[in-house]
Amino acid sequence: MKVRQLSIFMENRAGRLAEIMQSLGDAGINIRALSLADTSDFGILRLIVSQVDKALEVLRKAGHTVSLTDVVAVEVPDHPGGLASVLTPLREAGVNVEYMYAFVEKATDKAVVIFRFEETEAALKVLAGARISVLPAETVYKL
Amino acid sequence: MIFNKTFECMDRAALRNLQGERLRDAVKRAYEHVPFYRSRLDAHGVKPSDIHGIEDIVKLPFTTKEDFRDTYPFGLFAVPLREIVRVHASSGTTGKPTVVGYTKEDIDTWAETIARTLGCGGGTADDILQVAYGYGLFTGGLGLHYGGEKLGAMVIPMSGGNTKKQIMLMQDFGTTLLACTPSYSLQIAEEAAADDIDLKALKLRVGYFGAEPWTEAMRAKIEERLPVKAIDIYGLSEVMGPGVASECLEQDGLHVFEDHYFPEIINPTTGEPVAAGQKGELVYTCLTKRSTPLLRYRTRDISSLDEKPCPCGRTSRRMARITGRTDDMLIIRGVNVFPSQIETVLMKVEGIEPHYVIVVDKTGALDELEIKVEVSEQLFSDEIRKLEELRARIFEEMRSVLSLSAKITLVEPKTIERTLGKAKRVIDKREVK
Repeated sequence: MKVRQLSIFMENRAGRLAEIMQSLGDAGINIRALSLADTSDFGILRLIVSQVDKALEVLRKAGHTVSLTDVVAVEVPDHPGGLASVLTPLREAGVNVEYMYAFVEKATDKAVVIFRFEETEAALKVLAGARISVLPAETVYKL
Repeated sequence: MIFNKTFECMDRAALRNLQGERLRDAVKRAYEHVPFYRSRLDAHGVKPSDIHGIEDIVKLPFTTKEDFRDTYPFGLFAVPLREIVRVHASSGTTGKPTVVGYTKEDIDTWAETIARTLGCGGGTADDILQVAYGYGLFTGGLGLHYGGEKLGAMVIPMSGGNTKKQIMLMQDFGTTLLACTPSYSLQIAEEAAADDIDLKALKLRVGYFGAEPWTEAMRAKIEERLPVKAIDIYGLSEVMGPGVASECLEQDGLHVFEDHYFPEIINPTTGEPVAAGQKGELVYTCLTKRSTPLLRYRTRDISSLDEKPCPCGRTSRRMARITGRTDDMLIIRGVNVFPSQIETVLMKVEGIEPHYVIVVDKTGALDELEIKVEVSEQLFSDEIRKLEELRARIFEEMRSVLSLSAKITLVEPKTIERTLGKAKRVIDKREVK
């Protein structure tokens, strides 16, 4: 159920993002979802890609600091209150969300949101208990 | 004002005799009371009885900063601790500071040479001296303080920082003499300008500036912005602190108070004395210091000595303004910083491979220290919070070891050139030439 996400350390300087995208593009890697967290002088680029291991190799070869992080892709009903219906059981179970970002594509008529939890296993249990749909990794990479 | 005509204007032949006599005594004290010196002199094949006059000083081995480290903290003392009444310390090349001690007599000698320094710039007992050097382990604050009192001036022990209050006291108390780092004087000028205060209306007359390298260009800037004659003063804690040498109002070289601190210029590679007037590494011997008869201390500062008589009437030799260093020590806001200290701190902070570069620059008048640290995969976290914590940890470690706030910037790997040698881990963008 866990999705492998690439996290890349980036200095905040012009053209850096474009360079990374170019090297992934040249290697034929598709970006499924991304988010960029930043501070005044550095940022972390988080990516879900079609071929994780290949992307990792490409980025390391290009000299980037990259790590793999387990995240969870959750299907969220695409109507008002949809996200709240996912977050409420998590909050009740005391599971903390480190960060989250929305997926560009939809698998069904539902939106897909990527979550990073403090404790992934505990979060998966809560989601299953609340009958919230979690997408398998293979589905996510191909979205 | 010549504070001590007897010694400052002494006939040169008589001075040399006095220096010879004092050197004999210093070497004897070192040999008899400091085990470090006894073995160093024995290894060098020199005995106190080989020293007849000051010309024999070249027979003696050098002392270095590493010797302070190896004998840390009190191994160079020639007197029992009960005779030591004060210690000061400056940065060592790694974690441990360089410690110096003072007997009552040393404190008095020190105050005397700083009173001479103040006299060199025209200070008298009628003056009001504002000491804006830091008070504490650093020798600047307390050194100038005791010297000011010895001179009989009214001393305002402001210490560093708190610029608005510095300016207020200058206005309200009628400060005539200011002692601080040259860059801090410009900081005062900037702050005054921002608050629309006309410094030219102050009674300020002389500034005694030292503890960091500066230039003639900076002097011109200071004298343009502040109503002072800017006097270059020199000293280092290993020798005593400030008051080793000072410019007079001629502003043409610094008079060395050589009845106490004997200067030599050597070739830093061979250790041999250079020809008269030539540039080289400045070496000092403490002829009268009771706590530590420091022998031929290699300052790593580059200077030269001028023996020509000075129109001011002092007969002492004058050392040229310091033009550089023979090692990689940086002076940042008056604080000595060695790249090796920074490396030690980075190694200590868990997981950091020391790929770093040190950037020193000025924002306005003040030096800024930036340490760029490469983020390796071991160090990297997917969470901003953890990276910020890492940065804060490095910042705190640096502040506690260097006594300086450094800007810590996390950079991508391989952004720092691997070919850079240790000395080139430093990018100094300040104007000092």
